[in-house]
Amino acid sequence: MRHLTKAILLVAALGAGACTNADRFAGDGAGGAGAGMGAGSGIDSGIIPGSANDPASPAYFSQTVGDRVLFAVDQSTLSPTAQTTLDGQAQWLLTNSDYLAVIEGHADEQGTREYNLALGARRANSVMEYLIARGVPQSRLKFVSYGKERPIEICSEEACYAKNRRAVTIISAGGLTS
Amino acid sequence: MKALLALLSLSLSLAIAAVPASVQAQSPGPLRIEITEGVIEPLPFAVPDFIAESSAAAPYAAQLSRVVAEDLTGTGLFREVPREAHISQITSFQSPVQFADWKAINAQALITGAVSMDAGGRLVVKFRVYDVFAGTELGDGMQFAGTPDGVRRMAHKVADQVYSRITGEGGYFDSRVVFVSETGPKDSRAKRLAIMDYDGANLQYLTSSNSLVLAPRFSPTGDRVLYTSYETGFPRVHLLNVGDVQSRILQGSDGVMSFAPRFAPNGQTVVYSLTQGSNTDIFAMDIAGGGTRQLTSAPSIETAPSFSPDGSRIVFESDRSGTQQLYIMPAGGGEATRISFGQGRYGTPVWSPRGDLIAFTKQNAGRFHIGVMRTDGSEERLLTASFLDEGPTWAPNGRVLMFARETQGATGASSLYSVDISGRNLKRVRTPEGASDPSWGPLQ
Repeated sequence: MRHLTKAILLVAALGAGACTNADRFAGDGAGGAGAGMGAGSGIDSGIIPGSANDPASPAYFSQTVGDRVLFAVDQSTLSPTAQTTLDGQAQWLLTNSDYLAVIEGHADEQGTREYNLALGARRANSVMEYLIARGVPQSRLKFVSYGKERPIEICSEEACYAKNRRAVTIISAGGLTS
Repeated sequence: MKALLALLSLSLSLAIAAVPASVQAQSPGPLRIEITEGVIEPLPFAVPDFIAESSAAAPYAAQLSRVVAEDLTGTGLFREVPREAHISQITSFQSPVQFADWKAINAQALITGAVSMDAGGRLVVKFRVYDVFAGTELGDGMQFAGTPDGVRRMAHKVADQVYSRITGEGGYFDSRVVFVSETGPKDSRAKRLAIMDYDGANLQYLTSSNSLVLAPRFSPTGDRVLYTSYETGFPRVHLLNVGDVQSRILQGSDGVMSFAPRFAPNGQTVVYSLTQGSNTDIFAMDIAGGGTRQLTSAPSIETAPSFSPDGSRIVFESDRSGTQQLYIMPAGGGEATRISFGQGRYGTPVWSPRGDLIAFTKQNAGRFHIGVMRTDGSEERLLTASFLDEGPTWAPNGRVLMFARETQGATGASSLYSVDISGRNLKRVRTPEGASDPSWGPLQ
């Protein structure tokens, strides 16, 4: 009886460990940045540097803080939800002062190419100005617009358009020089 | 000759007059636009295979007449009487034409031609145009000479002559189009610059797909191309030499976006948009000296500038009123006059090479249109309607527009189309891949 309980607990603990690891690597894959730095380091419960559970990692920034904000049709004003996300981004950038950021502005496909480039710039600039107002040094920030050239959702319906009208903050560790 | 000219000019003028008339009839208010579809009876013509006057030229004889026929029928203004129906055979370029035989098959125009190869290996192409019902030659016979790889161009030149003599309009067949060739799905689309003859032949790629490129624009003489490239990570205006396919960055610095470039008629000045903060304005730059000048200074989006053919004015789009609309300002900047007042949004204005019309993209009630209006904004006509039509460019004669049409949905793709300014003869332009952002070059 005692042996049996012990065995079950052991199995449960192994199982939990496996699950944690699986989540961690899945997160890294989705984040696409800084993944797998400590992948072979064993079965202890330490946080792998660079993984999504590491608060100083780009993966943590994109998944937990939130790397993007969305906009209404033809608008570049920041919603309360967007402002909350950007407060988190500003906080993270102030904490992790080695990182630089490029804010990418995007538009949905319902517009002409040139106008959408300018509209995406407006959106990205809104985000940049908000981050600057929250104390992030301007020298660490840049923005670029892709207009309607880089949709992430491809249907021609509002459900997709809503996700494509976005500004995404891309973090890089000193990779941005000027 | 007079009979033929009279007939065609009658049908042409009828067709053109019919468009505004029917718009008026269907729309009581001045701002409501209905798309009209007129029908014109194409003029029947015959073009027997050109006569090969030397054996070395024989492989080109049939090709020449086929390209001429495709050019003419492609306008929608002409219809070929098929060779199977021909009664007479043209066996000599010099022999008199048996007009009765061509009348009998109702060919109102007859085009005859001959091709030979000279001692230097150059093709020599001769042609004549006849008004069959008048029993006369229409204009003088002409000849062109060139290397055999230019055989399609020589055929285009023949067709341009025929088109001009019969319509009284300039031709547009011996011209090229630079555009963006597209592959891949919407969420990972690759784009590269390509150049081709107006009919899709002789396609050549000018850039690789490594960097996103947008909106190439021909110089007035067709020797250079302005475009926007993300090669540096930020959209910047580039200038490409068509001859050696070398390009260089023309405008913008790291972190500063410049885009929507277009040449002035002098080929030396470039206008483009520059984004500073949230504000996009129009600037002009002298290519040789590099000096720049800011032409607009509103806190709104000003983009898509296009010069009038005399270089004195610029039409552009701005959302200073709250939505995208069209404005005209002096070429040196200054006060702008709004010219678009219809429902919806107006963008990508392009001044006609004839100076009389401005073509544009209109977005209204979830649909996109290519349209034209006079330079004072009057007589707006919508020529097309679809899920997404965009970015018109003028044929050198100002009678035909080419534009990009993107289909709806997850599998959406972009293709090039052309349409007459009357709204007739809408047709797809053949490209091997997806295609967008066409810019139609000058007659060569």
